[in-house]
Amino acid sequence: MRLGFFVKEAYRALSRNAAPSLAAMLTILLTALVLGVFIPIVQATTSAADQVRSRVIVNVYLASDVSPADKLALRQRIERTPNVERVEYVSKEEALAQERRRHPKAGWELLGSNPLPDTFRVTPVDPDRVQEIVDALYPVGADGRRHGAVPAIDEVRNREQDTKKILSATSIVKVLAAGLAGLLVFASIALVANTIRLSIFARRREVEVMRLVGATNWFIRWPFVIEGMLVGLMGGVLAVLLLWIVKDTFLDPLSDRFALVSLPHTISFPALAAVLLGSCVAVSAIGSGVTLRRFLRV
Amino acid sequence: MAATETEIRARDRAGARAAGAPRPDVPVVELKDVTKVYDGGSVGLDHVSLRIGRGEFVFLVGPTGCGKSTCIRLLMRELLPSSGEVFIAGRDIGRIPSKRVPHLRRNIGVVFQDYKLLPNRTVYANVAYSLEVIGESRQSIRRKVPDILRLVGLSTKLHAYPDELSGGEQQRVSIARAFVNHPPLLLADEPTGNLDPETSIGIMQLIYRINRTGTTVIVATHDKEMVDKMRRRVIELDGGRIVRDELSGLYRPDESTREFAIRLRGEMGVGDEGNPN
Repeated sequence: MRLGFFVKEAYRALSRNAAPSLAAMLTILLTALVLGVFIPIVQATTSAADQVRSRVIVNVYLASDVSPADKLALRQRIERTPNVERVEYVSKEEALAQERRRHPKAGWELLGSNPLPDTFRVTPVDPDRVQEIVDALYPVGADGRRHGAVPAIDEVRNREQDTKKILSATSIVKVLAAGLAGLLVFASIALVANTIRLSIFARRREVEVMRLVGATNWFIRWPFVIEGMLVGLMGGVLAVLLLWIVKDTFLDPLSDRFALVSLPHTISFPALAAVLLGSCVAVSAIGSGVTLRRFLRV
Repeated sequence: MAATETEIRARDRAGARAAGAPRPDVPVVELKDVTKVYDGGSVGLDHVSLRIGRGEFVFLVGPTGCGKSTCIRLLMRELLPSSGEVFIAGRDIGRIPSKRVPHLRRNIGVVFQDYKLLPNRTVYANVAYSLEVIGESRQSIRRKVPDILRLVGLSTKLHAYPDELSGGEQQRVSIARAFVNHPPLLLADEPTGNLDPETSIGIMQLIYRINRTGTTVIVATHDKEMVDKMRRRVIELDGGRIVRDELSGLYRPDESTREFAIRLRGEMGVGDEGNPN
């Protein structure tokens, strides 16, 4: 009965206060859309970067004509280096065979001899500290250039740079998304607060009468809080609907067709919808709460 | 009519129960040395002490700005006194926590000069609204509202909107709203201020009937004719002070036509601010 009264009052206020409510609702809709687009994107880029990082390996290229004894010594030396998890030997013949498999039509026949060196593939324990392995095996010499720690090492390389690029792109996306979402959340709170203020003004007679006859503070406040939350809920529901339409018409056919492309792991749609709706309602509740504290001291 | 009278008597008993055990020694309203100075520095009340017992009918009279409305608003706890204490039914209302203030107001009916009705609701809905917002059940609203509207004589206009009613009828709605819960105390701030003398008499009759059910009534007014006819207790305020408190008084005692003429000429002549002395 009471809830019915509150909702009825909130609905009355909404329909009388349509223009500012609409503005607030649209801002919330926009906020939810931005969040709904960026949450999966950030997740996808982060997981892509994680995948690259997990594949980080250090290639130790050997000089030509290294004796088997030196190779064994080098292997033991690499295995004793800190942060090394696994060492795998790839001879130049194997390397060439792998390359041929990867690019079968590259015209390998044109090569007179095999240009690839013998290689140790080193997997680090912690991909973030891969540079330690490089420094140990391929230190910077007195002339400022890197040389192999032993003569058998020709060059040491890793994919650190690729990882760094992806990670920095991810963090830019994250910062942009967070900034945009922050601004929009602020705008939403301000607009909801304004809507509720106008609503309080429009219903000041009711508020006066309610005080007069002894309605409790929360009884007076609830319709306004519900009004704000309804605005938020409508914005959120619309946003989820739009996102679902986009997902259903564009993304799902794409991922069906490219089933072989490994999809980065992202949040499931129902969970995303719940998060968006929850945050919309929370934002608008905060907005109305702010106004009520300032303008409805009973 | 007879039915209504029995209802009133029933209400009298109910009202007495609602007010708690009636203790004749505890006044319904007591002001102890109350001073109210507004933020701007103007003085609303200046060291006022008074006691109003259960079931009394009191007129607060005096010129505009004398402190009548301040007094009413202090009793509703819309204002807090700058110094001194306001007691209602023996409780210092300055000390009750703000959470309990709504419950205090449920035991005080208030009627204003400008009615304070909601223009977009019918007569019935206006009265029902005041019950809804204090959490009454729908069932008791359906029972109480037609009842009280019959008492104030508006049972044929349940579904009219306030702007379709005359001023007197609007004030009756406002009284119905104030009295629908049978509060033990009814405050009226210029209830007849906007009404013609004939209508005023009807409104005052209604308030008097409410008083006869045992409800204490305080009426702030400058309706001289009404005060003189009713001959009830009169408290006159001037400049925030009580200048007179008589058990059955006149609006302005013992003023002959000649004295009035002198006062009138004085006011016209030197532009004195209506001060009879």
